[in-house]
Order: sequence, then C-alpha cells, then structure tokens
Amino acid sequence: MSEPQGFRPAQPAAVPTPAAATAVEVRGVDKRFETRSGQVQALDAIDLTVAAGEFVSLIGPSGCGKSTLMRLIADLDDPSSGTLTVFGKSTRQARLDQEYGIAFQSAGLLPWRTVAANVALPLELHGVASGARANRVAELLDMVGLADFADRYPDQLSGGMQQRVAIARSLAEQPRLLLMDEPFGALDEMTREKMQSDLVRISAETGAAVVFVTHSIPEAVFLSDRVVVMSPRPGRIREIVPMRLGADAKRAARTDELREERAFFDMVTAVREALHGGAPVGTGPRGVETR
Amino acid sequence: MIKAGVRETTATDAAAPAPGRRAPRRPGRAGRELGRWAWGLAGILVIALIWESYKLLGPADGVVLGELRVLPRTTDLAMPHIWDMGTRLAEPVTRADDALPLWSVVALAALTTLGIAAAGWLVGVVVGIGLALVMQRWRLAEWGLLPWIVISQTVPLIAFAPVVKSWGSRVEIGSFEWQDWMSVALIASYLAFFPIAIGALKGLQSPDRIHEELMQTYAAGYWSTLVKLRFPASVPYLLPALRLGAANAVIGAVVAEVSTGLQGGIGRILIQFAGQASGDPAKAWAPIFGAIVLGLVAAGSIALLGVILKNYRRTEEAA
Repeated sequence: MSEPQGFRPAQPAAVPTPAAATAVEVRGVDKRFETRSGQVQALDAIDLTVAAGEFVSLIGPSGCGKSTLMRLIADLDDPSSGTLTVFGKSTRQARLDQEYGIAFQSAGLLPWRTVAANVALPLELHGVASGARANRVAELLDMVGLADFADRYPDQLSGGMQQRVAIARSLAEQPRLLLMDEPFGALDEMTREKMQSDLVRISAETGAAVVFVTHSIPEAVFLSDRVVVMSPRPGRIREIVPMRLGADAKRAARTDELREERAFFDMVTAVREALHGGAPVGTGPRGVETR
Repeated sequence: MIKAGVRETTATDAAAPAPGRRAPRRPGRAGRELGRWAWGLAGILVIALIWESYKLLGPADGVVLGELRVLPRTTDLAMPHIWDMGTRLAEPVTRADDALPLWSVVALAALTTLGIAAAGWLVGVVVGIGLALVMQRWRLAEWGLLPWIVISQTVPLIAFAPVVKSWGSRVEIGSFEWQDWMSVALIASYLAFFPIAIGALKGLQSPDRIHEELMQTYAAGYWSTLVKLRFPASVPYLLPALRLGAANAVIGAVVAEVSTGLQGGIGRILIQFAGQASGDPAKAWAPIFGAIVLGLVAAGSIALLGVILKNYRRTEEAA
C-alpha cells in the first residue's frame, strides 16, 4: 500500500510516526442503498482523512449518513464506489487484523457474561492466555472505574455503567483506532458529561485515533480535534471545523471548566452555523441537538 | 396437572441501581416458590373433590343426553374411590405369595420407560439441534426442511410404530443387534425432535444484530460465533423446547410400548391392568398415576437443567 499523500495534519501535535500517520483514509466514497421505494443515496463523494491519534467527530442531522460512514470504516458495509483504507490497509484487512475497537449506541453486552467476561470476550476470541487476559481485564476495568463490578452481570448495572463496560471492551486489544457510534446517545446529560470527560482522559492515555458519531454539538466540540459537519439527502460533508480549544491544549487538559469557557461557546456557534449552512436557523436541518 | 409451561418473569429496571450498590434482591422468592407448590397441590385436591362429589351425587348410570353419555357412570367399576386407588397401590399385584406391592411394580415399569424415553430424548436432542444448525446456517435449508419437519408430525404415531419395529428386527450390523426397546426409543425421538428443532432454530437466530456485528468486528468465524454467541443466546428458547421434547418423548415411549407390545414398560402394564379392570377397577389407575409421575419427573429434570444454566437465562429477567 502506498502511503497516501497530502492528508491534512489538523494538529501540529500529531503523532510523529510517519509510517502510520494516517489512521483512516476515505476517498470519493459513495454509498447507495436499494430500498423498496427506489435508490437512496446515503453517502455522496466523501473525502476524509483522520490522522493517527486524532479525535474526529461526525455530526449532522438524522439520515446524513454519519453512522453509515462509520460502518464502512468498520467493514460492516461495503461502499458502492470509492476507497477506504485504515492504517494503509483495506478495511477488511484492518478488521481481520483487529486494528480498531468499536462501541455502539447501545452497550451490546452479552447478558450471560459478567462484566469481566464481557471485557475479556475479544481477548478470548483471539486466543490471549488466561493469565494475561485477567491482567488486561483488571487494568481496563480500573481505567473505566468499574473494578468493583467485575463479577456483576450487565442487568445489575445502570445504562452508563454498561456503556463504560462496552468502552473497556472496545479498548481491550489496544486498538490504534476507536470507532464510536453515538455511544452516549442513550444516557442522561449528567452521566453523559462524566463519560465525555472519561473518554477524553482514556483517549489521551491510549493515544488512539477516534472516529466519533454524535448528534450533539457540545459533545462534538468538547471531545474533538476536528468536527466533520454532514448534511443529509444525499449524505455529504458540508464542512470540517477544526477545534482550537485552549490553544494547543492536550486532550488530558480538557477538564470540565472548558465547557464554561468563551472559546467553547465560539466553537459551538461555529459548528452550529456550519450545520445550518447559512440558511435561516428556523428551517435548518432537523434532528440535531443543540443543547 | 403438569403445570410446566407457567413461568413468571420479573422485569427489573435495567437502569435502576446506583453505582456501588447491588441490585435489590427480589423479596420473597422462596415464599413465592412455596406458594406455587401450594397452588399446584390445591389444584390436585380440587380435582379429587370434583371426582368424589360427582361420584356421590351423580346418577349411577351417568348423564345421558339422547343417545350420548356425556358424563360417566358413577359405579365403583367405572369410577373407583380415590382412597381405593391409593390403598390398592400398597397391596400386592397378584394373589401370589411372592407378589410385589403394586406401587413397586408400577415404579419399576415407569423407570424402564423413563430410560427408553431418555434415550429417545437424547436422540431427539441431537437430531433436533443438528437440524436447527443446518437451517440456521443455510436459509435455503430452512425453506426446504421446515415444511417437512412440520409435516412429519402429522403422521399418526400408531401407524408407523409396527413398521419401525419390523424394520428394526431386520437390522443386524456385526455383533450389533437391534433390540425391541430401540424401536420404542426411536419412535419417542421422532416425537421429541420436533419441538427441539423448532426451539433451537429460534434460539440460534435470536442474537441481536448488534451482537452479530460485534462478533463480525472481532473477525470471529462461524464456530466461535456459534459457541460464544448463538448457543448461549439460544438457552432461553432451548429450555422450554427441551421440556416439551421430554414430555413428548415420554408420551411417544408409552404409546410405542403399547403399539409394539414391548414388555416391561409402563405402556404394557397400562394395557394389562386395564384388562383386569372389571375385577380390580382400582388397579387400572396405578399405571396412569405412574405415567403422570413419569411426565413430571421428565419435565422436572429439565427444570433442574434450567437452574444449572440460570446465568444464560438472564435475558428473561432484564434487557
């Protein structure tokens, strides 16, 4: 695989390993679905590059194809045309090589497995020895603050705790790329903010690139290095808004105070304007949370 | 009398417990269990009461509407007292000096049948789950097989029991010789495999899309997905299917014993004692009770299996 040229280094602090400087490369991707009422153009001419270690959010109203794009990166769907590569490999190869971890909107834990066994599932499937597995699981549960809950079953946990288990599971094999499809969408606002702070900390600790699908503007602004604003029918990238919060602040420094800073609100406004695309706000895209 | 299908499921609020606190234990679990037994017993008592009061109050010749007798005669011959049935169990089978008590003869016969039914059930489990696996793997196989599986159950059991027996008697492979009880077990398995195949298919198809896609992102193959996801997920569907299969295997074994004339099982003494009913009406009821207990034991062993596999049934209690 030739190293793709000319990706946008959004951050001067991008990880300086040239061999794997690009986590995700999307070039001219279209996705059409056949439905009973005819063809639906879910994605139209998508170009996107995510650098290694970069946190990129996909935001847009329902039906803009942000989840579809993530599914294409995860090789859960095939593009109708165009190419996608993950760390220079085809998405299929990247999936087989376990280059990414994934978390969905619902936690998707196996109800018959304890918290620890759920986190251990990917390790188990890939033949990690049981001693190493137990250590890794303990480490991960510590990271998401659930060390005391290792022996509980998912139905004994709250929604936020289940989601943290799912995040621990997605990190189990130390992936260099994390794909997250509205992982906090079903949580209440307070849990959500806590989880966002946790995610900022975790992604800084692991140094993984993150592709994060959301429809909350403040969430995208708080978490991301860049926010990809998409528009529906057909799904297109309308604008990519770089976040410049606190100069070149490291992610670890993103504390909750950030949410009250002026720069934060400026960025929220910038993303909102990009979403509405200059149209009067009242007739703008629907289904986007602006809280 | 077999209240096997009833199970209560309690939905606990998935998002309820605060961090650091164990989900509250449902109160009075043991108490409710006891209550269920009490209700079951009460049901039996009610049936006994109806039996005896009809016998006491009903006309000796039964209730006849036109040409039809809609309710049976109340004579001791047609409807022996319940206590007579009970005491008869403790008495010897025949007047011979070395005769065993009736209950032990019935129990022995019931055990024999239970063994045959268990063998048939096992065959049914293997065949049923095997068919379900094939149908789950290939959609085309589901379309092709499922109708035949359903049709297979419309063939009357009595019709092909003698055929199976005569085929079996011709089977001889090396030192292996087909035994008569094997024909009975085979017929039992024929009844048992049907609910198991249907239940297992539904169970194997039950995993959520999100779980299937998760396994896909792990690049898990067919077998690991089967072992880690499909089989565990199928347990809540499989258990009722196995219980139905067990009940069917018992019925199949009893009917097949009758129609193939196999000695030693409960089906045989059912017929034999019924023939003696004119002289000893209470005796004919003993094998009937035996068959009921047999069914309860068969269903109960599956309930035991359910207790062992209780962690795989958590989906029933919370999402």
